Amino acid sequence: MATLREWMTRLWGTLGGSRRDRELEQELRLHLELAAADERRRANSVDGAARAATIRLGGVAHTMDALRDQQGFPQLGAALRDARYGLRALRRAPTFTAVALLTLAIGIGANTAVFSVVNSVLLNPLRYPKAEELVALRQIAPGAAGLANFIDGLRLSPSMYFTYAEQNRTFQSLGVWVTGTANVTGLAEPEQVRTVSISDGVLQVLSVPPAAGRWLSQADQVSRGPDPGSFFSGRSTTVILSYGYWQRHFGGDKSAIGRNITVDSRPREIVGVMPQGFRVVNAEFDLIVPLAFDRGRTILGGFQFQGIGRLKPGVPIAQANADLARLVPIWMDSWTNGAGSNGRVLETWRITPDIRPLKQQVVGNVSDVLWVVMATIAVVMLIACANVTNLLLVRAESRQQELAVRAALGAGWGRIVRGLLVESSMLGLMGGALGVVLADAGLRVLVAMSPANLPRLSEISLDTRALGFTAVLSLLSGFLLGLIPALKYAGPRISLALRSAGRTASVSRERHRARNILVIAQVAMAMVLLVCSGLMIRTFQALRTVEPGFTHAEQLQTMRISIPASLVAEPERVTRIQNEISNTLEAIPGVTSVGFASEMPMEGLAPNWNAILVEGKAYAAGEIPPLRLFKYVSPEFFHTAGTRIVAGRELTWTEVYGLRPVAMVSENLARELWGTPSAAIGKRFRQSQIGPWWEVIGVLQDVRENGIQEKAPLTVYWPTMMPNPFSPGETDVWRTETFAVRSDRTGTEPFINQLRQAVWSVNSNLPVAEVRTMQEVYDQSLARTSFTLVMLSIAGLMALALGIIGIYGVMSYGVSQRRREIGIRLALGAQQAMLKRMFVRHGLALTGIGVAIGLAAAVGLTRLMSSLLFGISPLDPLTYVAVPIVLGTAAVLASYLPACRAAKVDPVEALRAE
Amino acid sequence: MANREATKTDILQGTLDLMVLQTVATLGPLHGYAIAARLQQVSGGALQLNMGTLYPGLMRLEQRGLVRATWGITDTNRKARFYAITAAGRKRLVTEKAEWEHMTSIMQTVLHDLG
Repeated sequence: MATLREWMTRLWGTLGGSRRDRELEQELRLHLELAAADERRRANSVDGAARAATIRLGGVAHTMDALRDQQGFPQLGAALRDARYGLRALRRAPTFTAVALLTLAIGIGANTAVFSVVNSVLLNPLRYPKAEELVALRQIAPGAAGLANFIDGLRLSPSMYFTYAEQNRTFQSLGVWVTGTANVTGLAEPEQVRTVSISDGVLQVLSVPPAAGRWLSQADQVSRGPDPGSFFSGRSTTVILSYGYWQRHFGGDKSAIGRNITVDSRPREIVGVMPQGFRVVNAEFDLIVPLAFDRGRTILGGFQFQGIGRLKPGVPIAQANADLARLVPIWMDSWTNGAGSNGRVLETWRITPDIRPLKQQVVGNVSDVLWVVMATIAVVMLIACANVTNLLLVRAESRQQELAVRAALGAGWGRIVRGLLVESSMLGLMGGALGVVLADAGLRVLVAMSPANLPRLSEISLDTRALGFTAVLSLLSGFLLGLIPALKYAGPRISLALRSAGRTASVSRERHRARNILVIAQVAMAMVLLVCSGLMIRTFQALRTVEPGFTHAEQLQTMRISIPASLVAEPERVTRIQNEISNTLEAIPGVTSVGFASEMPMEGLAPNWNAILVEGKAYAAGEIPPLRLFKYVSPEFFHTAGTRIVAGRELTWTEVYGLRPVAMVSENLARELWGTPSAAIGKRFRQSQIGPWWEVIGVLQDVRENGIQEKAPLTVYWPTMMPNPFSPGETDVWRTETFAVRSDRTGTEPFINQLRQAVWSVNSNLPVAEVRTMQEVYDQSLARTSFTLVMLSIAGLMALALGIIGIYGVMSYGVSQRRREIGIRLALGAQQAMLKRMFVRHGLALTGIGVAIGLAAAVGLTRLMSSLLFGISPLDPLTYVAVPIVLGTAAVLASYLPACRAAKVDPVEALRAE
Repeated sequence: MANREATKTDILQGTLDLMVLQTVATLGPLHGYAIAARLQQVSGGALQLNMGTLYPGLMRLEQRGLVRATWGITDTNRKARFYAITAAGRKRLVTEKAEWEHMTSIMQTVLHDLG
């Protein structure tokens, strides 16, 4: 319709795309001239003809106004004019604009970046279809000691999987999975790859269709004979590739489907490829293999698997928990741990399902960190806003006369407020635009740095929600920034300014109040942030002083080597090969010693927990003693790792090859069982009520196996090869070992190549995996703390800098405003030193109030971050003393400089200037 | 913001549109002053159009697509914008005229026959 068309042209007109004013004016001038000419003809006089025409027809300017209104939308047009005027005003004050924009851009940029991370990691749903139905089958078992840790709870056993999968009433499907490694040979160099072993149900739960080929089917899960390397798994013959592995080794060729690859020396048929970016929960992998549980050999135990499930639509988690809780006793009655054992002994473990949304499992404890960082960055934004508001207040004050003149010329109160608000909103928007650029750069850096332990890192991006957040934040901050000066200076009292501004000397206290309050708020907020970062620094210090149980981590090169049963079946041969590898590695120049173990501390591999029975202690039938961490080590391992021997000695190769029943224990275990480390030497224990005894030959320093923050577990160290404690005559050997090489050449490429060549000179089919220094492993275990530390320190430093700028700004503006007063004081004989003291005292008073408020707030708020702290209380006295001193010193400096300027005022000049 | 002479403009608006359309429909393309002069002439001097009324009105008609303006040269050799009626304008003129006549006939009846 015509109205729509008119609306469109008017919008176009508003935006300045329509006829130029000049053209319109030309038309009107022609009209007047023609009218004047007619007038002259009629009246036969020249004088006054044009004037008469103008009077009769209305002035050009007046008509132009009416035309402009018709050409566009008057309201919108006025706002745009305000914006244009605002831009001009901002351009006229480049320093102010630059400082304000930069402050806002940094504040908004930091907020946008952190919000993007929070949004991508915590808020966005997982990238699976109907991700809200997905849950992790976590269960807690308070009675199972070390077997159930805090994060994972008690993992599932194969028998649990069978019972849960077959008898539940609340799941569409469920399955179990576990990560691992495998050797792939025959493609290029032997390669150790990351595997995820899954039961039937896992792919159905995740519901992501394959990129090529098919999923693993139920038939793939049927065991084809026992697997010698595992208690419960059978042999399976199929495999699914990850997209990346498919691209690397098959160039994305679809004909790979149906071909065989050799995994752990056994052929497997490739049946499918999963799409790019697909992960099993949080595990990245190269191969997916079927678990193929051997039902005939399945026992109660073997709690190694993570469970996931897809709930039936609308089923709440509580109902699913109740469903599985119902199945726990059924499970205990359906399976045994071997002839004569009773599943009900596990009742003491108090196994309770504690199902969680899968997202919570993936995100883990990072959410604490991210919310704390988000909160601190938001506070930085507030401080930045306070600073810019301060700048705007100063500016509004110096523009008071201009505003007053505008008001006197007929501009309404609302009009002036609108002008100021439009101006500050423009600041906000421009700051936001710059902020997005900064945030984008920051996120790139973050992803490139890829802080370990940050889940879903690859999903982090500036999406529409993040951009929306930025837009709202920019507009809101811009609007609020303008509000205080606008209300303060555009108020009805504006006419007073005309009378007073530019003349008056002394500045009323009242005019300073808003700025003083802003400074106090800034100091208080900076105080809170500095306390937070101070606590993190103290946490880091505390962590650094903890003895991890190994020394000079940067001189320890580690790598994993696995010898599958399909390659070398006989246990002693495995040990001989491992021994030979050690010797070859030790012969490399620069290597001082070599040892190996089932895992290095902090490697985060699936832990092995079990019970021991101590000689001389009575155990009830069926009683399960407390569980201990079991590790398997070679001779020389502790010497290489730098683990201190508290009492006794290390293993020897003679004992290993002789299958001597000897073992070592950790100091904390020795103290618990026998009182002192030296008392433990020569004592004996065994793994079952009837098995052979093992003798303690050494006691080792406690090792922080699960990361520096976690307590050192009570550990038993067994020889890497030993008689099977349950079936006499059989020999157990640990086939996948982490080798530790001590050398001052660690981490260099030639050295690592030499290590590889040395391994291959022993057996060319052995891949060398996860080559890294112990320092990297150690740093990774500190990653969460260091990430928090870095983020909070950045926030704290920004807060400190902004706070100092705030104090400095207010003090120096105060000095410039009070020049006349200072002049009078000096003329009346005031001492310079006294004047300086007066200003510094003012700055200190503001800081003092701010610090007091900040302290109170910090006491309340730091409790929220206690989960991130280690070894110190949230009320750490040192932090609470040091931070106010730092802030106070900074405040004195920030007010001393303006105070010096005040003292240098020449009284004559100051008074004459008026 | 400009003070708008709301009342005066509003009263004139409906009739002004009709008068302008009728003028350019019968006389062909005209510039603004010619339209005003013509209306003054036919009304016997009763209609003296203020520029502030005429030109926004012309712009409105143009925005609605009822007239089209082009730059041209007057007979006194001056550059001026000439307003010509469009097809849509003609259609609108017919309906508006009919409505106006209908309205005036009703007014006629009310004012005279009932008087």
